[in-house]
Amino acid sequence: MTLELLQGSVAITRAALAADCKFFAGYPMSPFTPLLEAMSREMADASGVCINAESEIEGANMALGASAAGFRAATGSCGQGIALMQETIAEAALNETPLVVFNMARNQQDYYQCTRGGGWGDYRTITLAPKDITEAVEHTQLLFHLADKHRAPVILYGDDLLAKTLVGVDVAPLDLPELPAKDWALDGSASGTGSSRQVWTFAMGKKNDPGPGPDGQWRRVAAKFAEIEQVEARHETVHAEDAETLVVAFGSAAKFAEYVVEELREEGHRVGLFRPITLWPFPGAALAEATRGVERVLVFELNAGQMIDDVRQWAHDRDTIRFIGGVSIDESGLAFGPLLDAPVIRERILAEHAEHAEPAAAVPTARS
Amino acid sequence: MATTDITIDTRTAPPPPASKAAAGAPSLILGEHSLCPGCGEPVALRLLLETLQDLDVVHRSIGVVGHGCYGSFVRIMDVDVLQCLHGRAPSCATGIKRMRPDSVVFTLQGDGDMVNEGLQEILHSAARGENITCILLNNGVFGDTGGQQTATTVLGQRTKTSLEGRNAEQHGYPIPIADMVASLQGSGYVARGAVSTPAAVAKTKRMIKRAVQSQLDGNGLSLVEILTMCPTGWFVPAAEGADYQGSSMEPVYPIGELKSPEPQTQEAVHA
Ligand SMILES: Cc1ncc(C[n+]2csc(CCOP(=O)(O)OP(=O)(O)O)c2C)c(N)n1
Ligand code: SF4
Ligand SMILES: [Mg+2]
Repeated sequence: MTLELLQGSVAITRAALAADCKFFAGYPMSPFTPLLEAMSREMADASGVCINAESEIEGANMALGASAAGFRAATGSCGQGIALMQETIAEAALNETPLVVFNMARNQQDYYQCTRGGGWGDYRTITLAPKDITEAVEHTQLLFHLADKHRAPVILYGDDLLAKTLVGVDVAPLDLPELPAKDWALDGSASGTGSSRQVWTFAMGKKNDPGPGPDGQWRRVAAKFAEIEQVEARHETVHAEDAETLVVAFGSAAKFAEYVVEELREEGHRVGLFRPITLWPFPGAALAEATRGVERVLVFELNAGQMIDDVRQWAHDRDTIRFIGGVSIDESGLAFGPLLDAPVIRERILAEHAEHAEPAAAVPTARS
Repeated sequence: MATTDITIDTRTAPPPPASKAAAGAPSLILGEHSLCPGCGEPVALRLLLETLQDLDVVHRSIGVVGHGCYGSFVRIMDVDVLQCLHGRAPSCATGIKRMRPDSVVFTLQGDGDMVNEGLQEILHSAARGENITCILLNNGVFGDTGGQQTATTVLGQRTKTSLEGRNAEQHGYPIPIADMVASLQGSGYVARGAVSTPAAVAKTKRMIKRAVQSQLDGNGLSLVEILTMCPTGWFVPAAEGADYQGSSMEPVYPIGELKSPEPQTQEAVHA
């Protein structure tokens, strides 16, 4: 494995190209902007197209068009920009067009936005929240696969750190299973044959070949998302088996929390971490299992408390849940504030953990 | 009474001229439309589909259709089609055409769809010089939602949201979208036609043909704005739609080519 020093946005771009992404359209917004710039630099060499769209609405619809034509396509933004795309994300869910959306968020305040299906109609979006750039490279490729596999919009929940940090990374193509050919895609070849194709949320079909119609289509789509919920949930645990205190965190916040958990473990505290990798589907069954024997569940997220709703829904005992996160934004308003820092997280975990638990006999271990 | 000695042989197919007449409907139409009597939109659809056949590009044609009464055409046109969100057809068409440059990509939008909800999309797609053909069915109202005022409603016209007639002081002025698109460098062909008389229909068909040809020649975005009767939304009897259009809309939106690659455009269209 050879590592190359790359900015996160460049690494994600390379991963998208490795996944055969052929179309990208976006509108500048910090911290998504470097991804748009990297795409525009690198897409042409990969015989793809990148358009600096006139708005997020246009960018999302261009990508939807490119995908409806049978090509892997993506768009991206954050916060307000993703809000503008919601109508289109919903449309892609309901007309079953694959679409990858890079949400390079400013903070973790858009958990609801990604996980609740904020557009219209009954749908959800598979949302992967990588903890670091190495994982983002894998998630990016996986997302293109999942979008095609389920014919649905999917979201990468990134942030300022993932977008801008320089790291040594190896963008190795993932070996993912082959998917069926896109016989639904529009290429014009079926025009005039009597069995021309149609991509349409109302799915009424053609006069000579009626489709399921809105009722049938939306039931089918709802059933599809119910099935996805059963099979696509992903999570990671760290020292969860014998933890008294289990921290739940996602994305970069989980990376920091993991560091703190390791540190506290070395000091003998029975602390563990549960990290949802997919924000939707939320790994609820796994969380229920992981929280079965714990004394307290500490939710650390950089917002006023959004993921905690899902934790409350699934944790073994709701009364054990405490919120140790909070809104924390830097002066610019565009990135994380001081709460995303190991000593602060440590203090907040210990405040809950130590209040109730005597540390086990400290086992000093040398840090490697 | 003299009998003429003509035998009609019904066992074999008729000779070419007769078979052509029998197959009057373009074969790309899969069934009856469900629009109002006197509506101009089905006529425009027919011209578009005939053009794809005339230019022999059917098997590489992809349509993108917006939201209006014409939206139901996605059920009766035998063309690969994306039914897109209200106003966004030129953006979706951009994505399709950029990925499939050898295909012929057209959009079908109404005035509400293109000039209200999707004004940004059409203007920027034209400015980018996207090589697509946009068909605007301009009836000056939101027909589908029952006849409210759009951005192209002419002054004086009564709609459900301008009951006393559109007046500039209260409702502002109509937007001449074709003129705006023609003013942009990225557009290759822009024309305004109508379907209110047989002559207008014939002329509009030539415009559509030139618009699609312009796409085939790679000249950038082509737009044909077609004034279409909406007797229901105008609250006039079906038979009076054409006259009403002639007296109310055509003075504001004159018929003719606004932009064409060749200089002698008027003659070409009138030929
Ligand atoms: C986002 C959104 N807003 C509003 C509508 C409702 N709507 C459906 S058709 C239509 C009017 C379309 O008018 P026009 O494009 O002029 O078509 P016409 O019916 O006149 O042919 C509207 C407003 C919608 N479908 N989507
Ligand atoms: S309301 Fe107007 S545009 Fe719609 S079908 Fe009737 S006549 Fe045509
Ligand atoms: Mg209209």
